[in-house]
Amino acid sequence: MCRLLSITSTDPISPMVAIRAIDVMKEGHDGSGVGLFLTDLGGEFYNFKDEPILSGIFSNEGLRNLDRYMIDHDFMVKYKLSIKPAKNPPVGTPKRDNYVIRVYEYPEEWKGLSKEEIEYRLMMVQLQLRYMGEEDESMLIFSFWPDVIIIKEVGDPMAVAHHLGLDREELMARVILAQGRQNTNYTINIYACHPFFIQGMATATNGENTAFIPIREFLISRKFPGYAGYQSDSEVFTHILHYMHNHLGMGIEMYKHIITPLKDNELDDHPNGIWLRKLKQCCRPLIVDGPNCIIGCLPDKSVFMVQDSKKLRPGVVGGRPGVFAFSSEMCGLNAAIPDSYINLDYQPMKYETVIVRSERQKIEIWNQLEALTHPH
Amino acid sequence: MESVGSINPSTLSVKDLPWQIMWNKDKCALCGHCTTVCPVRAIELGVHRKRVLQVSIGLEEKPCNLLSVYFGIAQRTDVAHACVGCGMCNMVCPNNAIMPLRSDEIDKLRFHVNQGGEPRRRGGRRNSPDSILDKIKFVRISMLTDPALDAGRHEFELRTMLGRILPPEEMQKVSIENGWMPPVRELYPLIIGSMSFGALSPNMWEGLQMGVAYLNEELGMPVRICTGEGGCPARLLKSRFLKYVILQIASGYFGWDEIIHNLPYMKEDPCAIEIKYGQGAKPGDGGLLMWHKVNKLIAAVRGVPQGVTLSSPPTHQTKYSIEEAVAKMIQSMYMAWGFRVPVYPKISATSTLLAVLNNLTRNPYAAGLAIDGEDGGTGAAYNVSMNHMGHPIASNLRDAYLNLVKIGKQNEIPLFAGGGIGKNGNLAANAAAMIMLGASGVQTGKYIMQAAAGCLGSEGDRCNVCNIGVCPKGITSQDSRLYRRLDPEKVAQRIVDVFSSFDMELKKIVAPLGRSTSLPIGMSDALGIADADAADRLKIKCVL
Ligand code: SF4
Repeated sequence: MCRLLSITSTDPISPMVAIRAIDVMKEGHDGSGVGLFLTDLGGEFYNFKDEPILSGIFSNEGLRNLDRYMIDHDFMVKYKLSIKPAKNPPVGTPKRDNYVIRVYEYPEEWKGLSKEEIEYRLMMVQLQLRYMGEEDESMLIFSFWPDVIIIKEVGDPMAVAHHLGLDREELMARVILAQGRQNTNYTINIYACHPFFIQGMATATNGENTAFIPIREFLISRKFPGYAGYQSDSEVFTHILHYMHNHLGMGIEMYKHIITPLKDNELDDHPNGIWLRKLKQCCRPLIVDGPNCIIGCLPDKSVFMVQDSKKLRPGVVGGRPGVFAFSSEMCGLNAAIPDSYINLDYQPMKYETVIVRSERQKIEIWNQLEALTHPH
Repeated sequence: MESVGSINPSTLSVKDLPWQIMWNKDKCALCGHCTTVCPVRAIELGVHRKRVLQVSIGLEEKPCNLLSVYFGIAQRTDVAHACVGCGMCNMVCPNNAIMPLRSDEIDKLRFHVNQGGEPRRRGGRRNSPDSILDKIKFVRISMLTDPALDAGRHEFELRTMLGRILPPEEMQKVSIENGWMPPVRELYPLIIGSMSFGALSPNMWEGLQMGVAYLNEELGMPVRICTGEGGCPARLLKSRFLKYVILQIASGYFGWDEIIHNLPYMKEDPCAIEIKYGQGAKPGDGGLLMWHKVNKLIAAVRGVPQGVTLSSPPTHQTKYSIEEAVAKMIQSMYMAWGFRVPVYPKISATSTLLAVLNNLTRNPYAAGLAIDGEDGGTGAAYNVSMNHMGHPIASNLRDAYLNLVKIGKQNEIPLFAGGGIGKNGNLAANAAAMIMLGASGVQTGKYIMQAAAGCLGSEGDRCNVCNIGVCPKGITSQDSRLYRRLDPEKVAQRIVDVFSSFDMELKKIVAPLGRSTSLPIGMSDALGIADADAADRLKIKCVL
C-alpha cells in the first residue's frame, strides 16, 4: 500500500525530511514513484508568494513550446529554479531533459480580475499546457499556482531525491505532503502519482477506491474543466474535496459526511440528521468505498487526515506545537519528528477528521457524530 | 369399417400437440385425481377397447379374438383442450403414473390456436430462455490493497432511493430558502413488480402483502410491492401497511375510485405512485383482465360490472402527448397526497426511451423511471405481443443511465429495471448486473410467483393459462375452489425466504468487489462478458 506523509511546520523544512520518512516506511511501497507537494514556501520562493509557480517536467522541445505559449499569453518569468539532473538517472527513472519550477508574473490584462476568475484562469492554463504536451509527453504539468511546488517522478523516492538534489535551500517549505507509491493496478504513469492538486488544494491517498468509476462519472458530469485526468482512482478524493469546498462552499468538517456518510441509524440520532440525510442522498455518487487513508492540504494551509471504516491500520498524527506530521504509519511519524510529544499522537478513527491549522499549535479532532458547527 | 368422424384441417393427433401425456396403465389406480385437477380438461376418463388374439395350443380349438375393455386416461386433442404441460396430473397422482412430456419437435397446435379468427392469448412470458444478464460476470475481484470483504460479517449498506433527488447545490439552496424538497424513499433495491389484484388471486395477494410486512417490521428490510393496475382493497388502503405499497395507476384507471374515496381515511402515505405507460411483456398494449376473472370482489375493487373483459387502452386516453401526460399526471398525483409521495412513470423498454427520459429530466417532479424489458411477464396478453414485441432491458437501461451521466443527472432520476430479472433463477446475479449497469433497483414479478407460490410457468411455454382464471396453483385464479389451494401464510413465508437469500447472495457478489458503503450503482468496471459485441454495446469489458 502507498505510504503517505505530511509535515506542517512553523519553520520551513527541507523536503528531504519527508523523503527520509517515506524511506523509513519503505516496506510498504515498491518505490515505483514519488510525489511531493510543497506549499507555504520558505527559501527564495517566499518572496513571490502571490505569483503563480509552474511545476512540471519538460523535454527540450516541450520547453520551447512552453516559452512560446507563455509569451503568447503574456506571462513573464520572474524567477526560476533550475534542476539539472545528473546524467544517468537511477534505475527505474526515465531520463528527462528539464525539471521546471518557474515563477511567472501575471499578464497585464489579468489585473483587476476577481479572485475566482484568476483562479479559474490559472487552472485553465495548467490544463491547456497539460493537454498540449499529453500526446508526445513533452510536457508534464503538475501545478500552476501561487505558493505551490509539485515534484513527481517515477522511481525510488530516495534515489529520485538525490538525483534531483531535493535538499536544496530553495525548496524549503512549511507544508510538505509526500507519497511513496505502490503501483497496483494502473500502469506507471506519472500523472497517477500522488499528491493530486487542484486550485490550491492537494490530497494523497493510500488504498484502493472501488467506487471509482461512478464517482468519476459524477465529477466529470459536473462539467467543471478541472475535473479531468483520473489516471489514478485516488484523484477523485482531491476533486471531491474541491467540489465540496468551491462548489458547495463547505468546510473540511463536511468532507467525511460526503465521502463516508453516517449510516441510516446513526443519522436518526444525529442532531443535524435530517439535513445530513438529504446531503447523503444528493451526494450519494461521491460515497467512496475504501479502505482509504487521505491526507490533504487546504488553500488556507491547514493539513488534515481522514479515513474510512475499512481502514484497518489507521494513519497517525503527532508532533509538538510548531511542527506536526501526518503519516500513514507510525514509523514515518517517528522518522519525521523524532522529538514529538508522544502523548499528542493520535490515530483518527472511522468518524474522525484531524486537522492542524496553519498556526500549528494543536491537533483538532472533529467527530462526525457531533452537531455541525455551521448552520446549513 | 365404420366411420368415426371426418378429418378437418384442425384435427390434431396427440403427436401434433406440444405436450403428450404419458400414462402408465400398470401404475394407474384409476383414482381420477388427475382428470379432476387438470386446468384445461386435457385428459378424461378413457374407455379403451382392446382386441386380444387367443391362439390355443393344438388344433382342436381355432384361434379367435377376445374383445376386452380397460379404463384409463385419454388425452384430448382438440385445440381448446390441448395439454398445457402444467404437470398437475403428475403432482396429484399417488402412483406417479402420469406425466406430460414435451414433444420432440415443434408442435402443430400453434398453427391452429386461432379458431374463430381469435389469435392466441395467454399468460406468462416470452418463452425464450436466452438471457444476456446471465452471461454477465463480475470480474473486478478485490485482491490487493482493497481486500475482499466478508459477506457474512461485514456491514453492507444495500439500500437504494426512489424519488427525485436534487443536485447538491440545489438542495442547499432549497434548504436555506425552506422550499419544497421532493420526497425521497429509501428502500430495498429488489421491488416486487406490479401484479394486480385481479390478475392475482386474493390469497396470493394477501400472502405477498404479509410477507412484505414481515420483512419490513421484523427483519428491517424496506421491501416495497407495487399493486399493478387493479386498485387496492380498502382494508389495505386504510392500514398502516400502505406505506410498503406502491400504488399503480394505468390507462384503465381501474380501482382509482376506491383509492380516491379512501384518501381521507389513509393513516399512512403509500410508498410511491407508479404511472404505467407501458409493460415490457406486451409493450404498446394496455392491461387485460379477461372476463373469467372478473368476479364480484374484483368488480367491486375495480369499480366495474361483473363478468366483463377489462382491457385497458394502450395509452392514457385523456392525454394527447407523452409530455403532457407525464407532466400533468405526475403533478396531479403529487397533489393528491400533498406533494409528500414520489410519483414516477413506468414504460416498456423501447428504442425511443431517450425521448421519454429527456422529458423527465426537465420535469422537476419526476421521481424516477421504471423501464420494463421484453422478458417481463403478464397475466394476459396476445401471444404475438409477448413473443415479438419489445426491447431487451440491458441495453435500454444502460443507454438511459449513460444518457443521464452525460447530462449529470445520474443521481437525480433513479432508474428501476424490470423484465427478465431472474428469469432463469439467477435473481441476485441479474439484479446486481443491472445495478452495476446503472439501475438504482430492480423489479421482479415472475420470479416471485415461481419462488413464493410455486407457479408452474417456464420459458418453455408451460402452463401459461393465467389469463382464463384456471390457474392450477391458485395464484392467478379468482375461483375460490382453486385459490384455496394456496395458503397465504406459506406464500408470506416464502417471500421472506426469497428476500433473505437474495440479500445474502447480493452480499456475496458485492463483498468480493470490495463494495459495502453504498449500492454499486453504475460500477460498470466490475462487469465483463464473453461477447465482444455485447461488451461494446453495454460499454463493459469483454472477457474471454
Ligand atoms: S401456475 Fe398459474 S400463474 Fe403459473 S403459469 Fe400456470 S396458470 Fe399461470
